Amino acid sequence: MSASDLQGLSPAAPPASDMHIDLAAEYADAGIGDVLERLERDLVGLAPVKRRVREIAALLLVDRVRQRLGLTTAAPSLHMSFTGNPGTGKTTVALRMAEILQRLGYCRRGQVVAVTRDDLVGQYIGHTAPKTKEVLKRAMGGVLFIDEAYYLYRPENEKDYGQEAIEILLQVMENQRDDLVVILAGYADRMERFFESNPGMKSRVAHHVDFPDYANAELGEIAERMLAQWNYRFDPAARLAFDEYIALRRDRPHFANARSIRNALDRMRMRQALRLFESGATVDADTLSTLSEADVRASRQFSEPSAAARRDEPEFDSELDFDPERGADRIDY
Amino acid sequence: MRINQGCFSFLPDLDDTQIAAQIGYCLRQHWAVAIEFTDDPHPRNTYWSMWGLPMFDLADAAGVMHELRACREANPEHYVRVNAFDSTKGWETVRMSFIVQRPTKEPGFRLIRQETSGRNLRYTLESYAVTAATEGARYAG
Ligand SMILES: Nc1ncnc2c1ncn2[C@@H]1O[C@H](COP(=O)(O)OP(=O)(O)O)[C@@H](O)[C@H]1O
Repeated sequence: MSASDLQGLSPAAPPASDMHIDLAAEYADAGIGDVLERLERDLVGLAPVKRRVREIAALLLVDRVRQRLGLTTAAPSLHMSFTGNPGTGKTTVALRMAEILQRLGYCRRGQVVAVTRDDLVGQYIGHTAPKTKEVLKRAMGGVLFIDEAYYLYRPENEKDYGQEAIEILLQVMENQRDDLVVILAGYADRMERFFESNPGMKSRVAHHVDFPDYANAELGEIAERMLAQWNYRFDPAARLAFDEYIALRRDRPHFANARSIRNALDRMRMRQALRLFESGATVDADTLSTLSEADVRASRQFSEPSAAARRDEPEFDSELDFDPERGADRIDY
Repeated sequence: MRINQGCFSFLPDLDDTQIAAQIGYCLRQHWAVAIEFTDDPHPRNTYWSMWGLPMFDLADAAGVMHELRACREANPEHYVRVNAFDSTKGWETVRMSFIVQRPTKEPGFRLIRQETSGRNLRYTLESYAVTAATEGARYAG
Protein backbone atom coordinates (compact mmCIF):
# COMPACT_ATOMS: atom_id res chain seq x y z
CA MET A 1 0.00 0.00 0.00
CA SER A 2 1.43 3.36 -0.93
CA ALA A 3 1.18 6.50 1.11
CA SER A 4 -1.39 8.00 -1.23
CA ASP A 5 -3.66 4.97 -0.75
CA LEU A 6 -3.51 5.46 2.98
CA GLN A 7 -4.66 9.04 2.79
CA GLY A 8 -8.04 8.12 1.40
CA LEU A 9 -8.82 5.72 4.23
CA SER A 10 -11.43 6.64 6.77
CA PRO A 11 -10.65 5.90 10.42
CA ALA A 12 -13.05 2.96 10.33
CA ALA A 13 -11.13 1.22 7.56
CA PRO A 14 -9.29 -2.00 8.36
CA PRO A 15 -6.24 -1.33 10.51
CA ALA A 16 -2.72 -1.38 9.22
CA SER A 17 -1.95 -4.79 10.66
CA ASP A 18 1.76 -4.53 10.12
CA MET A 19 2.11 -1.55 12.45
CA HIS A 20 3.88 -2.25 15.72
CA ILE A 21 3.43 -0.09 18.74
CA ASP A 22 5.55 -0.18 21.82
CA LEU A 23 3.15 0.19 24.74
CA ALA A 24 5.96 0.81 27.20
CA ALA A 25 7.15 3.70 25.06
CA GLU A 26 3.59 5.05 24.83
CA TYR A 27 3.37 4.86 28.59
CA ALA A 28 6.65 6.68 29.06
CA ASP A 29 5.69 9.28 26.44
CA ALA A 30 2.44 10.11 28.14
CA GLY A 31 4.28 10.66 31.43
CA ILE A 32 1.55 8.98 33.45
CA GLY A 33 4.00 6.59 35.05
CA ASP A 34 5.19 9.46 37.15
CA VAL A 35 1.65 10.41 38.23
CA LEU A 36 0.79 6.82 39.09
CA GLU A 37 3.96 6.44 41.05
CA ARG A 38 3.27 9.59 43.04
CA LEU A 39 -0.24 8.32 43.71
CA GLU A 40 1.24 5.09 45.02
CA ARG A 41 3.81 6.89 47.14
CA ASP A 42 1.90 9.90 48.49
CA LEU A 43 -1.30 8.20 49.53
CA VAL A 44 -1.38 5.79 52.42
CA GLY A 45 -3.35 2.57 51.94
CA LEU A 46 -6.13 2.73 49.32
CA ALA A 47 -4.80 -0.39 47.54
CA PRO A 48 -8.07 -1.15 45.69
CA VAL A 49 -8.41 2.48 44.59
CA LYS A 50 -4.87 2.60 43.28
CA ARG A 51 -5.49 -0.61 41.37
CA ARG A 52 -8.66 0.83 39.80
CA VAL A 53 -6.85 4.02 38.82
CA ARG A 54 -4.13 1.93 37.17
CA GLU A 55 -6.74 -0.10 35.34
CA ILE A 56 -8.46 3.00 34.06
CA ALA A 57 -5.15 4.56 33.02
CA ALA A 58 -4.16 1.36 31.19
CA LEU A 59 -7.52 1.16 29.48
CA LEU A 60 -7.25 4.74 28.27
CA LEU A 61 -3.69 4.26 27.10
CA VAL A 62 -4.64 1.17 25.11
CA ASP A 63 -7.69 2.94 23.80
CA ARG A 64 -5.55 5.78 22.54
CA VAL A 65 -3.36 3.35 20.63
CA ARG A 66 -6.40 1.53 19.27
CA GLN A 67 -7.75 4.81 18.01
CA ARG A 68 -4.53 5.50 16.21
CA LEU A 69 -4.74 2.09 14.52
CA GLY A 70 -8.34 2.65 13.55
CA LEU A 71 -9.65 -0.13 15.81
CA THR A 72 -11.81 2.26 17.84
CA THR A 73 -13.45 5.41 16.65
CA ALA A 74 -15.70 6.56 19.44
CA ALA A 75 -14.15 8.56 22.26
CA PRO A 76 -14.31 6.48 25.44
CA SER A 77 -16.72 7.47 28.16
CA LEU A 78 -14.74 8.92 31.01
CA HIS A 79 -17.33 9.95 33.57
CA MET A 80 -16.75 8.30 36.93
CA SER A 81 -18.26 7.81 40.32
CA PHE A 82 -16.10 7.81 43.45
CA THR A 83 -17.95 6.30 46.37
CA GLY A 84 -16.88 6.06 49.98
CA ASN A 85 -17.23 7.72 53.34
CA PRO A 86 -16.03 11.29 53.92
CA GLY A 87 -12.30 11.81 54.16
CA THR A 88 -11.36 8.64 52.33
CA GLY A 89 -9.40 10.55 49.71
CA LYS A 90 -11.92 10.99 46.92
CA THR A 91 -11.07 14.61 46.22
CA THR A 92 -7.37 13.89 46.48
CA VAL A 93 -7.59 11.04 43.98
CA ALA A 94 -9.78 13.14 41.65
CA LEU A 95 -6.94 15.66 41.41
CA ARG A 96 -4.54 12.90 40.36
CA MET A 97 -7.07 11.47 37.96
CA ALA A 98 -7.37 14.86 36.27
CA GLU A 99 -3.62 14.88 35.83
CA ILE A 100 -3.67 11.42 34.27
CA LEU A 101 -6.48 12.36 31.91
CA GLN A 102 -4.62 15.46 30.86
CA ARG A 103 -1.40 13.61 30.18
CA LEU A 104 -3.24 11.05 28.11
CA GLY A 105 -4.82 13.86 26.12
CA TYR A 106 -8.38 13.29 27.30
CA CYS A 107 -8.52 16.63 29.12
CA ARG A 108 -7.06 19.77 27.62
CA ARG A 109 -6.34 21.71 30.82
CA GLY A 110 -6.79 19.23 33.65
CA GLN A 111 -8.22 21.68 36.18
CA VAL A 112 -10.62 20.31 38.80
CA VAL A 113 -13.70 22.31 39.71
CA ALA A 114 -15.22 20.95 42.92
CA VAL A 115 -18.87 21.76 43.58
CA THR A 116 -21.89 20.65 45.60
CA ARG A 117 -25.61 20.99 45.02
CA ASP A 118 -25.59 24.63 46.12
CA ASP A 119 -23.24 25.60 43.33
CA LEU A 120 -25.48 24.08 40.67
CA VAL A 121 -29.05 24.51 41.84
CA GLY A 122 -30.75 27.89 42.11
CA GLN A 123 -33.30 29.34 44.49
CA TYR A 124 -36.06 30.29 42.10
CA ILE A 125 -37.39 29.57 38.63
CA GLY A 126 -34.86 30.45 35.98
CA HIS A 127 -31.95 30.54 38.40
CA THR A 128 -30.72 26.97 37.99
CA ALA A 129 -29.86 26.80 34.31
CA PRO A 130 -27.49 29.79 34.27
CA LYS A 131 -25.90 28.63 37.53
CA THR A 132 -25.28 25.12 36.27
CA LYS A 133 -24.04 26.35 32.91
CA GLU A 134 -21.68 28.77 34.56
CA VAL A 135 -20.11 25.95 36.54
CA LEU A 136 -19.96 23.70 33.49
CA LYS A 137 -18.18 26.38 31.51
CA ARG A 138 -15.59 26.79 34.23
CA ALA A 139 -15.01 23.05 34.32
CA MET A 140 -14.65 22.63 30.55
CA GLY A 141 -11.27 21.35 29.56
CA GLY A 142 -11.01 19.64 32.93
CA VAL A 143 -12.88 17.69 35.57
CA LEU A 144 -16.11 18.62 37.31
CA PHE A 145 -16.12 17.01 40.75
CA ILE A 146 -19.62 16.93 42.25
CA ASP A 147 -19.47 16.10 45.95
CA GLU A 148 -22.55 14.37 47.35
CA ALA A 149 -24.05 14.35 43.89
CA TYR A 150 -27.22 12.54 45.02
CA TYR A 151 -28.47 15.72 46.71
CA LEU A 152 -29.22 16.98 43.22
CA TYR A 153 -32.16 14.62 43.20
CA ARG A 154 -34.93 15.19 45.75
CA PRO A 155 -37.79 12.88 44.84
CA GLU A 156 -39.88 14.06 47.80
CA ASN A 157 -40.22 17.48 46.18
CA GLU A 158 -41.41 17.26 42.61
CA LYS A 159 -40.79 20.95 42.02
CA ASP A 160 -37.18 20.69 43.11
CA TYR A 161 -34.84 22.54 40.78
CA GLY A 162 -32.21 19.82 41.13
CA GLN A 163 -33.84 17.88 38.32
CA GLU A 164 -33.15 20.77 35.97
CA ALA A 165 -29.46 20.72 36.91
CA ILE A 166 -29.35 16.95 36.32
CA GLU A 167 -30.84 17.35 32.86
CA ILE A 168 -28.33 20.00 31.83
CA LEU A 169 -25.52 17.87 33.22
CA LEU A 170 -26.71 14.81 31.30
CA GLN A 171 -26.81 16.74 28.08
CA VAL A 172 -23.27 18.01 28.45
CA MET A 173 -22.00 14.63 29.66
CA GLU A 174 -23.34 13.10 26.47
CA ASN A 175 -22.68 15.77 23.86
CA GLN A 176 -19.49 17.34 25.07
CA ARG A 177 -17.49 14.34 26.16
CA ASP A 178 -14.35 15.87 24.70
CA ASP A 179 -14.77 18.98 26.79
CA LEU A 180 -15.60 17.72 30.24
CA VAL A 181 -15.20 14.75 32.55
CA VAL A 182 -17.65 14.50 35.43
CA ILE A 183 -16.80 12.72 38.67
CA LEU A 184 -19.69 12.10 41.06
CA ALA A 185 -18.65 11.54 44.65
CA GLY A 186 -20.42 10.51 47.83
CA TYR A 187 -21.60 7.69 50.04
CA ALA A 188 -21.92 4.37 48.21
CA ASP A 189 -25.48 3.49 49.26
CA ARG A 190 -26.94 6.90 48.48
CA MET A 191 -25.14 6.98 45.16
CA GLU A 192 -26.61 3.58 44.33
CA ARG A 193 -30.11 4.86 45.07
CA PHE A 194 -29.41 8.00 43.04
CA PHE A 195 -28.40 5.87 40.06
CA GLU A 196 -31.49 3.70 40.45
CA SER A 197 -33.77 6.70 40.14
CA ASN A 198 -31.64 8.34 37.44
CA PRO A 199 -30.88 5.63 34.89
CA GLY A 200 -29.71 8.28 32.43
CA MET A 201 -26.95 9.23 34.84
CA LYS A 202 -26.09 5.62 35.58
CA SER A 203 -25.66 4.77 31.93
CA ARG A 204 -23.29 7.66 31.36
CA VAL A 205 -20.96 6.85 34.21
CA ALA A 206 -18.47 4.30 32.97
CA HIS A 207 -16.06 3.86 35.85
CA HIS A 208 -16.90 3.20 39.46
CA VAL A 209 -14.27 3.46 42.13
CA ASP A 210 -14.96 2.41 45.69
CA PHE A 211 -13.01 4.03 48.52
CA PRO A 212 -12.70 1.84 51.63
CA ASP A 213 -12.43 3.28 55.13
CA TYR A 214 -8.91 3.52 56.49
CA ALA A 215 -7.68 1.09 59.12
CA ASN A 216 -6.51 2.64 62.38
CA ALA A 217 -2.88 1.97 61.54
CA GLU A 218 -3.31 3.72 58.19
CA LEU A 219 -4.83 6.75 59.87
CA GLY A 220 -1.82 6.81 62.20
CA GLU A 221 0.50 6.85 59.24
CA ILE A 222 -1.56 9.52 57.49
CA ALA A 223 -1.25 11.64 60.64
CA GLU A 224 2.52 11.25 60.67
CA ARG A 225 2.74 12.28 57.02
CA MET A 226 0.52 15.28 57.51
CA LEU A 227 2.62 16.41 60.44
CA ALA A 228 5.83 15.87 58.51
CA GLN A 229 4.41 18.02 55.72
CA TRP A 230 3.88 20.87 58.13
CA ASN A 231 7.26 20.27 59.85
CA TYR A 232 5.77 18.85 63.01
CA ARG A 233 6.11 15.46 64.67
CA PHE A 234 4.82 13.48 67.64
CA ASP A 235 7.15 12.54 70.44
CA PRO A 236 6.98 8.78 71.11
CA ALA A 237 4.44 9.06 73.94
CA ALA A 238 2.24 11.35 71.89
CA ARG A 239 2.36 8.91 68.99
CA LEU A 240 1.05 6.13 71.24
CA ALA A 241 -1.64 8.40 72.65
CA PHE A 242 -2.69 9.30 69.15
CA ASP A 243 -3.32 5.65 68.34
CA GLU A 244 -5.71 5.58 71.29
CA TYR A 245 -7.24 8.78 70.04
CA ILE A 246 -7.93 7.23 66.63
CA ALA A 247 -9.66 4.23 68.19
CA LEU A 248 -11.87 6.49 70.32
CA ARG A 249 -12.60 8.96 67.56
CA ARG A 250 -13.73 6.30 65.12
CA ASP A 251 -16.72 5.43 67.31
CA ARG A 252 -17.88 9.00 67.67
CA PRO A 253 -20.37 10.76 65.42
CA HIS A 254 -19.24 12.53 62.24
CA PHE A 255 -16.13 10.45 61.96
CA ALA A 256 -14.59 11.38 58.62
CA ASN A 257 -11.46 9.27 58.20
CA ALA A 258 -8.43 11.30 57.10
CA ARG A 259 -10.32 14.56 57.40
CA SER A 260 -11.00 13.96 61.09
CA ILE A 261 -7.33 13.25 61.50
CA ARG A 262 -6.39 16.50 59.87
CA ASN A 263 -8.83 18.43 62.06
CA ALA A 264 -7.58 16.70 65.18
CA LEU A 265 -4.01 17.58 64.29
CA ASP A 266 -5.00 21.19 63.74
CA ARG A 267 -6.47 21.32 67.23
CA MET A 268 -3.41 19.63 68.70
CA ARG A 269 -1.15 22.17 67.08
CA MET A 270 -3.29 24.86 68.60
CA ARG A 271 -2.94 23.30 72.06
CA GLN A 272 0.79 22.96 71.61
CA ALA A 273 1.05 26.63 70.68
CA LEU A 274 -0.91 27.65 73.75
CA ARG A 275 1.14 25.35 75.99
CA LEU A 276 4.42 26.81 74.72
CA PHE A 277 3.09 30.31 74.99
CA GLU A 278 1.85 29.91 78.54
CA SER A 279 4.95 28.12 79.78
CA GLY A 280 6.91 31.30 79.08
CA ALA A 281 10.09 29.32 78.52
CA THR A 282 12.42 29.90 75.61
CA VAL A 283 11.82 27.67 72.63
CA ASP A 284 13.94 26.16 69.90
CA ALA A 285 13.08 24.61 66.56
CA ASP A 286 12.78 21.21 68.18
CA THR A 287 10.24 22.28 70.83
CA LEU A 288 8.32 24.24 68.22
CA SER A 289 7.84 21.19 66.05
CA THR A 290 7.09 18.56 68.68
CA LEU A 291 3.59 17.61 69.79
CA SER A 292 3.65 16.11 73.25
CA GLU A 293 1.41 13.54 74.88
CA ALA A 294 -0.40 16.29 76.79
CA ASP A 295 -1.37 18.00 73.52
CA VAL A 296 -2.98 14.78 72.36
CA ARG A 297 -4.58 13.74 75.62
CA ALA A 298 -6.23 17.11 76.20
CA SER A 299 -8.70 16.09 73.53
CA ARG A 300 -12.26 15.61 74.69
CA GLN A 301 -12.26 12.12 73.23
CA PHE A 302 -10.34 10.99 76.28
CA SER A 303 -12.57 12.62 78.90
CA GLU A 304 -16.06 12.18 77.58
CA PRO A 305 -18.21 9.08 77.80
CA SER A 306 -18.19 6.84 74.75
CA ALA A 307 -20.74 7.12 72.00
CA ALA A 308 -22.76 4.22 73.36
CA ALA A 309 -23.10 5.82 76.78
CA ARG A 310 -24.31 9.16 75.52
CA ARG A 311 -26.61 7.95 72.80
CA ASP A 312 -29.76 9.54 74.24
CA GLU A 313 -28.19 12.89 74.95
CA PRO A 314 -28.97 15.66 72.48
CA GLU A 315 -26.26 15.57 69.95
CA PHE A 316 -24.33 18.73 69.66
CA ASP A 317 -20.63 18.76 69.79
CA SER A 318 -18.94 21.74 68.29
CA GLU A 319 -15.56 20.12 68.33
CA LEU A 320 -16.81 17.24 66.25
CA ASP A 321 -19.01 19.25 63.96
CA PHE A 322 -16.56 21.96 63.24
CA ASP A 323 -14.80 21.11 60.08
CA PRO A 324 -12.49 23.86 58.88
CA GLU A 325 -11.69 21.81 55.83
CA ARG A 326 -15.16 21.66 54.40
CA GLY A 327 -14.93 25.26 53.34
CA ALA A 328 -11.51 24.87 51.86
CA ASP A 329 -12.74 21.96 49.75
CA ARG A 330 -15.01 24.15 47.71
CA ILE A 331 -12.37 25.65 45.52
CA ASP A 332 -11.07 25.14 42.05
CA TYR A 333 -7.80 23.35 42.06
CA MET B 1 -20.16 45.64 1.61
CA ARG B 2 -18.20 43.67 4.11
CA ILE B 3 -17.95 45.37 7.47
CA ASN B 4 -14.48 45.59 8.95
CA GLN B 5 -14.41 46.04 12.68
CA GLY B 6 -12.07 44.75 15.33
CA CYS B 7 -9.16 42.37 14.92
CA PHE B 8 -8.77 40.11 11.91
CA SER B 9 -11.55 41.84 9.98
CA PHE B 10 -9.43 42.18 6.86
CA LEU B 11 -8.72 38.46 6.88
CA PRO B 12 -11.13 35.85 5.63
CA ASP B 13 -13.64 34.94 8.36
CA LEU B 14 -12.13 32.74 11.06
CA ASP B 15 -13.46 29.21 11.30
CA ASP B 16 -14.45 27.75 14.65
CA THR B 17 -11.09 26.12 15.29
CA GLN B 18 -9.39 29.45 14.73
CA ILE B 19 -11.93 31.27 16.89
CA ALA B 20 -11.40 28.75 19.70
CA ALA B 21 -7.64 29.21 19.38
CA GLN B 22 -7.98 33.00 19.69
CA ILE B 23 -10.26 32.61 22.72
CA GLY B 24 -7.74 30.19 24.19
CA TYR B 25 -5.13 32.92 23.84
CA CYS B 26 -7.40 35.44 25.63
CA LEU B 27 -8.06 33.02 28.49
CA ARG B 28 -4.35 32.38 28.91
CA GLN B 29 -3.93 36.15 29.37
CA HIS B 30 -6.62 35.92 32.09
CA TRP B 31 -8.95 38.18 30.18
CA ALA B 32 -12.70 37.82 30.68
CA VAL B 33 -14.39 36.86 27.45
CA ALA B 34 -17.83 38.15 26.47
CA ILE B 35 -20.11 37.59 23.51
CA GLU B 36 -22.15 40.42 21.99
CA PHE B 37 -24.54 40.67 19.06
CA THR B 38 -26.32 43.36 17.09
CA ASP B 39 -28.11 44.08 13.85
CA ASP B 40 -27.04 47.70 13.94
CA PRO B 41 -23.35 47.56 13.05
CA HIS B 42 -22.85 51.30 12.56
CA PRO B 43 -19.24 52.04 13.48
CA ARG B 44 -20.38 54.49 16.15
CA ASN B 45 -22.71 51.96 17.76
CA THR B 46 -20.33 50.66 20.42
CA TYR B 47 -23.08 49.22 22.59
CA TRP B 48 -24.01 45.85 21.21
CA SER B 49 -26.37 43.58 23.14
CA MET B 50 -24.68 41.24 25.58
CA TRP B 51 -25.19 37.52 25.19
CA GLY B 52 -25.25 36.58 28.86
CA LEU B 53 -22.62 37.91 31.21
CA PRO B 54 -18.91 38.16 30.55
CA MET B 55 -17.28 34.85 31.39
CA PHE B 56 -14.72 34.88 34.17
CA ASP B 57 -12.52 32.08 35.46
CA LEU B 58 -12.75 29.83 32.43
CA ALA B 59 -9.88 27.46 31.81
CA ASP B 60 -10.78 26.42 28.32
CA ALA B 61 -12.38 27.87 25.18
CA ALA B 62 -15.02 25.13 25.06
CA GLY B 63 -17.28 27.05 27.44
CA VAL B 64 -17.21 30.17 25.25
CA MET B 65 -17.73 28.16 22.09
CA HIS B 66 -20.76 26.58 23.72
CA GLU B 67 -22.28 30.02 24.35
CA LEU B 68 -21.27 31.19 20.90
CA ARG B 69 -23.16 28.32 19.29
CA ALA B 70 -26.25 29.18 21.37
CA CYS B 71 -25.98 32.86 20.42
CA ARG B 72 -25.65 32.07 16.72
CA GLU B 73 -28.61 29.77 16.87
CA ALA B 74 -30.78 32.45 18.48
CA ASN B 75 -29.48 35.20 16.18
CA PRO B 76 -28.64 33.60 12.85
CA GLU B 77 -28.66 36.86 10.85
CA HIS B 78 -26.94 39.14 13.33
CA TYR B 79 -23.40 40.30 13.76
CA VAL B 80 -21.76 38.51 16.67
CA ARG B 81 -18.44 39.49 18.20
CA VAL B 82 -16.18 38.22 20.93
CA ASN B 83 -14.67 40.76 23.35
CA ALA B 84 -11.84 40.06 25.74
CA PHE B 85 -11.64 42.34 28.73
CA ASP B 86 -8.46 42.85 30.72
CA SER B 87 -9.29 43.76 34.32
CA THR B 88 -5.67 44.34 35.34
CA LYS B 89 -5.14 47.67 37.01
CA GLY B 90 -4.09 50.28 34.51
CA TRP B 91 -5.65 48.41 31.58
CA GLU B 92 -9.26 47.87 32.64
CA THR B 93 -10.32 47.80 29.05
CA VAL B 94 -11.19 45.57 26.13
CA ARG B 95 -7.91 44.25 24.79
CA MET B 96 -9.25 42.31 21.87
CA SER B 97 -12.49 42.21 19.92
CA PHE B 98 -13.36 40.34 16.75
CA ILE B 99 -16.38 39.48 14.65
CA VAL B 100 -17.35 35.81 14.66
CA GLN B 101 -20.55 35.92 12.65
CA ARG B 102 -22.05 38.24 10.06
CA PRO B 103 -25.36 38.21 8.16
CA THR B 104 -25.44 36.41 4.82
CA LYS B 105 -26.05 39.67 2.99
CA GLU B 106 -24.35 42.87 4.06
CA PRO B 107 -25.74 45.66 1.92
CA GLY B 108 -23.44 48.24 3.48
CA PHE B 109 -23.82 51.95 4.10
CA ARG B 110 -25.15 54.86 2.16
CA LEU B 111 -23.33 58.18 2.26
CA ILE B 112 -25.79 60.98 2.93
CA ARG B 113 -24.88 64.49 1.90
CA GLN B 114 -26.79 67.21 3.62
CA GLU B 115 -26.44 70.67 2.18
CA THR B 116 -26.34 73.34 4.82
CA SER B 117 -25.80 77.05 4.84
CA GLY B 118 -23.22 78.44 2.47
CA ARG B 119 -23.19 75.36 0.26
CA ASN B 120 -21.48 73.48 3.05
CA LEU B 121 -21.92 69.74 3.10
CA ARG B 122 -22.49 67.50 6.10
CA TYR B 123 -21.74 63.88 5.57
CA THR B 124 -23.23 60.98 7.44
CA LEU B 125 -23.48 57.22 7.02
CA GLU B 126 -26.67 55.23 7.05
CA SER B 127 -26.93 51.49 6.83
CA TYR B 128 -29.13 50.22 4.03
CA ALA B 129 -30.18 47.30 6.18
CA VAL B 130 -30.98 49.28 9.30
CA THR B 131 -32.89 52.19 7.76
CA ALA B 132 -35.99 50.49 6.52
CA ALA B 133 -36.60 47.83 9.14
CA THR B 134 -37.14 47.41 12.84
CA GLU B 135 -34.66 45.77 15.16
CA GLY B 136 -34.51 42.04 14.58
CA ALA B 137 -35.85 42.27 11.02
CA ARG B 138 -32.94 44.09 9.44
CA TYR B 139 -30.84 41.46 7.76
CA ALA B 140 -33.68 39.07 7.08
CA GLY B 141 -32.56 38.38 3.52
N1 LIG C 1 -4.38 8.04 51.74
C1 LIG C 1 -4.13 9.29 52.19
N2 LIG C 1 -2.89 9.64 52.52
C2 LIG C 1 -2.64 10.89 52.95
N3 LIG C 1 -3.57 11.84 53.13
C3 LIG C 1 -4.85 11.54 52.82
C4 LIG C 1 -5.19 10.26 52.32
N4 LIG C 1 -6.52 10.23 52.09
C5 LIG C 1 -6.99 11.46 52.42
N5 LIG C 1 -5.99 12.25 52.86
C6 LIG C 1 -6.15 13.64 53.32
O1 LIG C 1 -7.40 13.73 53.97
C7 LIG C 1 -8.07 14.92 53.66
C8 LIG C 1 -9.46 14.62 53.15
O2 LIG C 1 -9.40 13.89 51.96
P1 LIG C 1 -10.39 14.15 50.73
O3 LIG C 1 -9.73 13.67 49.50
O4 LIG C 1 -10.87 15.55 50.76
O5 LIG C 1 -11.58 13.17 51.12
P2 LIG C 1 -13.05 13.04 50.49
O6 LIG C 1 -13.08 13.78 49.21
O7 LIG C 1 -13.21 11.55 50.32
O8 LIG C 1 -13.99 13.56 51.53
C9 LIG C 1 -7.20 15.64 52.67
O9 LIG C 1 -6.53 16.64 53.36
C10 LIG C 1 -6.22 14.60 52.17
O10 LIG C 1 -4.99 15.18 51.91
